[in-house]
Amino acid sequence: MASLTLFPKAGNKASAEKRTERIIKGGLMLCALLSVLVVLLITVMVFKEAWPAIKQQGLLNMITGTSWKPTAAKPRFGLLPMIAGSFAVTALALLIGVPVGLATAIYGAELATVRVAPLVGRMAGILAGIPSVVYGFFGLMVIVPAVRLLGGTGMGVLSAGVVLAMMILPTVISVSEAAIRAVPGEYREASLAMGATKWQTIWHVVIPAAKSGIMASVVLAIGRAVGETMAVILVAGNIPVIPKGLLSATRTLTVNIALEMGYVRPGSLHYSALFAAAAVLFAFIMLINLSVRMITRGGSR
Amino acid sequence: MMKSVKKHDRKRDERFAFAVIKALSLTTALVLLLIIGYITWNAIPALNWQFVAGTPGDPLNTGIWPMAVNTLLLVVLTLAIALPLGILAAVYLKEYVREGPFVSVVRSATENLAGMPSIIFGLFGLVFFGKMLGLGWSLANGTLTASIIILPTIMRTTEEALKSVPQSYREGSLALGATRWQTVKKVVLVSAFPGIMSGLMLAIGRVVGETAALMFTLGSSDRVATSLMDSGRTLAMHLYMLAHEGLSVEGAFATAFVLVVVVLAVNVTAEMLANRALGRGGRQIGR
Repeated sequence: MASLTLFPKAGNKASAEKRTERIIKGGLMLCALLSVLVVLLITVMVFKEAWPAIKQQGLLNMITGTSWKPTAAKPRFGLLPMIAGSFAVTALALLIGVPVGLATAIYGAELATVRVAPLVGRMAGILAGIPSVVYGFFGLMVIVPAVRLLGGTGMGVLSAGVVLAMMILPTVISVSEAAIRAVPGEYREASLAMGATKWQTIWHVVIPAAKSGIMASVVLAIGRAVGETMAVILVAGNIPVIPKGLLSATRTLTVNIALEMGYVRPGSLHYSALFAAAAVLFAFIMLINLSVRMITRGGSR
Repeated sequence: MMKSVKKHDRKRDERFAFAVIKALSLTTALVLLLIIGYITWNAIPALNWQFVAGTPGDPLNTGIWPMAVNTLLLVVLTLAIALPLGILAAVYLKEYVREGPFVSVVRSATENLAGMPSIIFGLFGLVFFGKMLGLGWSLANGTLTASIIILPTIMRTTEEALKSVPQSYREGSLALGATRWQTVKKVVLVSAFPGIMSGLMLAIGRVVGETAALMFTLGSSDRVATSLMDSGRTLAMHLYMLAHEGLSVEGAFATAFVLVVVVLAVNVTAEMLANRALGRGGRQIGR
């Protein structure tokens, strides 16, 4: 009897429709879960493949090891030169790119006329769309010869930093500009009404109010610079030693993977050590993602 | 916070600050113009029929025909997979469930994917699709890897587009007796279409420019991929090989030019579609 009341119109159109709706809803949920599944799979893969090298060499030894000689008779798998390389080129990129990008964002959000302002967003859109390999090629043909005038081969920290600075511009511009635009107009009006100049208002009121968005843009830019491969590979010189100065050649974690994964024997210690480099990169990017989330959440409250 | 400075000094400070800001903004514009101008200027001599239709096999021939076809194949196949999945995932998040733990887990996973470096996707494709699923270096592997890369873009832009559909449209449809899915399919998605297409354009740009993720998944064979299991080289990969190995500077310029033109076309179309979405829905479609 109970079954009769539970399913009174099993063959009925309305209930068939409901069942279809349920199936559709289930299917949609699976699609939504796909990104969670992929993130989990990537995490498992990277660390699983990195594990043999980490177990054999020791994580601390790898991270602090200053010598990367994977094919030597007595192979060395120190990742410090690449960690230092990634750090150096990223720091330089931020040093150049953040002031330029932030100024452009301020210009677009506060100074530009109604007709010019949309151009700033459009520029950022195109800069973001240009493929990294095109930036790398441009760097190779224009930046490297220019840096060569200062001495050396031209390939190294300085060239990579300049190319990366161009590449992080769109991230800094679009995220900062959105943050500055989101500052309520009353803030500006109150400041101007108190006799502050436009610049004092921007510097002392608008930018502090947009601080979390601006910080998020910088952290996102760090992520983009650290993760960049193809542009750096063409201009950095790629020698796995700790860079001594702006002109010395350097190799980043990403470049290390891209250069050697092509010829390495799958399953070998060298192969696993490349995944260990990827694991370091992965952990760093996760940290970046986490900080962006914390910054933007803190800002919205 | 405000120091007691004379009015004259404050005005001078402002003029100086604005001059610096304008100069730095101009730098951004010059960087963009320099990249596009330099590549276009140097590509002009190399742009001829031979370049477009030829194949790189012949030493004097720098043609890009196979790479152009491979790129197109990759874009079409990738969209065929990622577009439905991304749209349906966004529909679920926006139309079927409320904000809650489930949505925030999915959203943070999607953000993580969006911030992941290409090379990590490349390694994932190499191990998972290549080794574990046995796809090796192939169009199939490259397609699946690229699909994962653009999934967050499509999800995010679709969600934004769905947000811009007025609530009254849904209510009207539901009140007429349509089911939720019928409402989504016939009303909400139709209205969100321009916004979704704008996201699609950005996704196309990403696939066309992708290199690091395809090195170890799609490979670099310079012939047209005739099956899903064939390796193939895209235009971006071709540019990398020409530049890295110094094979043909002229060919590299011309290939870079083609890539830049694609990016510009994709951007202009995306903005036109976003403006259309803006006109209809009334809310900005985010990048």
